[in-house]
Amino acid sequence: MSAPLLTLLQAAAAALADSTAPTTSIGEPNRVAMVFFFIFISITLGITYWAARRTRTTEDFYAAGRSISAGQNGFALAGDYMSAASFLGIAGLVSTTGFDGLIYSTGWLVGWPVVLFLIAEPLRNLGKYTFADVVAARLRQTPVRIAAAIGTLATVIFYLIAQMVGAGGLIKLMFGLTYETAIIVVGAAMIAYVLFGGMIATTWVQIVKAILLLGGATILAFMVLAKFHYSPTALFSAAASRYGDAVLAPGKLVANPADAVSLGMALMFGTAGLPHILMRFYTVPDAQSARKSVFYATGLIGFFYLMTFILGFGAMVLVTPETIVAVDKGGNMAAPLLAEALGGTPFLGFIAAVAFATILAVVAGLTLSGAAALSHDLWVSVARKGEATPIEQLRVARIATVALGIIAVFLGIIFKGQNVAFMVSLAFAIAASANFPALLLSIFWRGCTTRGVVTSMLVGTISTLVLIYLSPTIQIDILKHETAHFPLKNPALITIPLSFAVGIVVSLLSSDPEARAKFAAVERRIHLGAKA
Amino acid sequence: MKDARLRALAARRTRFAIALTATMIVMYFGFILLIAFDKTLMGRLVAPGLSLGILLGALVIVVSWLLTWVYVRWANTHYDRELAEITQ
Repeated sequence: MSAPLLTLLQAAAAALADSTAPTTSIGEPNRVAMVFFFIFISITLGITYWAARRTRTTEDFYAAGRSISAGQNGFALAGDYMSAASFLGIAGLVSTTGFDGLIYSTGWLVGWPVVLFLIAEPLRNLGKYTFADVVAARLRQTPVRIAAAIGTLATVIFYLIAQMVGAGGLIKLMFGLTYETAIIVVGAAMIAYVLFGGMIATTWVQIVKAILLLGGATILAFMVLAKFHYSPTALFSAAASRYGDAVLAPGKLVANPADAVSLGMALMFGTAGLPHILMRFYTVPDAQSARKSVFYATGLIGFFYLMTFILGFGAMVLVTPETIVAVDKGGNMAAPLLAEALGGTPFLGFIAAVAFATILAVVAGLTLSGAAALSHDLWVSVARKGEATPIEQLRVARIATVALGIIAVFLGIIFKGQNVAFMVSLAFAIAASANFPALLLSIFWRGCTTRGVVTSMLVGTISTLVLIYLSPTIQIDILKHETAHFPLKNPALITIPLSFAVGIVVSLLSSDPEARAKFAAVERRIHLGAKA
Repeated sequence: MKDARLRALAARRTRFAIALTATMIVMYFGFILLIAFDKTLMGRLVAPGLSLGILLGALVIVVSWLLTWVYVRWANTHYDRELAEITQ
């Protein structure tokens, strides 16, 4: 937080203490929120019932029968990616720090073009259900599948913990439910979607959620702009005239360039290694649709992050940072408070229900991709050497879904009250350092070997975990030590190059004639798909 | 003959994809490094209420999307057409 803003905040807080406490109905059960939430649950369970009747094969369960159109997948990708953390977190950060929060708005988008340019089409043409299909296309199945499943599960579990703990706290704050009830409601709904409706239900839940989130945020942004003659710069001017020009300039967030670049690398290359995002490219009929769907998704997500500029500064001017921080220290209630200020309790209820729906949809997508790693990569490909019957495959996928759902609920309860916000950037760091290099090496480099890629994935996962543990995030913020052994908050600056270097060096030192011989065939398939 | 054409097309797409990825990297990390090393410049107002930092941040988002449009347009026309010719 910038210094002038902080002093101002303190002054305002002192003034506030003299007058009245912030008046908000946040924290009390909100009837409108309940109604909207019930409508959302009814619609999505209806979709699940419809989808369940269409989910007969593993191809339906994991890939929605490859029947999703490019436009639908664009919305679903956006739905999977725009988490409550970005809606509530970034709006909160902008409303309390100004420009610094916007650095996140841009950072969360820049991974998408990379997904399109390097990964989407080869993935669609080479794979079946998981990104491990692509990495294993010309390498030895067993070691690659095991390493890829470790990378996938590490990414999914950390992402899930962050979402579950966030969900518990959020729902407690907005609906007045207890933390444990909230976690169990989220877990039960998510298991129902995935278990019965598979990818078809999960995709449509994402689409509904993306429309609600984009719609809710757009309405909110319009209501803000209506107060400023529909001019964003008039809004920014109002913020600057009240809190100083400093709110429009970089503050302390990027005090250390290495830290900023490291986080940027995790966001930019991690998106291309997120298993639940990559899995979406299998739901469309062909590579052309995969390509177009990223263009749509990037447009939707970019539009959403541009709106966080308006929502954040809108909350700063219309709600004021002091009220936002008084309701929730992390600033996460900025967008709901803004909704309340502009549209009263009913609109607050709508936005609260949208945030809840957002979390539900994201955890459903994560669970499905984790279940695919467990059943398709570990059980079917490793334990059964590809010999499992279709019925057995579907049964194992469903067992894995229930198991992961229950694990997610347990982890959510275990981590209650812990600071888990760092786990999202940890998930991105693992995705960027373990999954992305392996994908890139196996798609583009003739000379990569099984041993090289497997070592790269394992080193990527382990080095990220170790360096996060040694980082200031854990050592100083959580364990309250004086110093940290490793200076960076996010390790991607070290672990991405390390993972690439290990993959290249070990490949050069080992030989894998089969991988080399299959390269030409794999390259044909990358471009021609099943036609090759 | 067909294989040679496909390999050439593959190489062309890889080159284009790498060039676009490099553009993204230069643009985004350039933005971050500007923030890190010249905060005053990024705080300068280019219009009332609009600092250079906010303008560039919004531009990073818009240009990222335009780059995906450039790629999709190229792939939908040139790449797909040549691919169709090769497979005939």
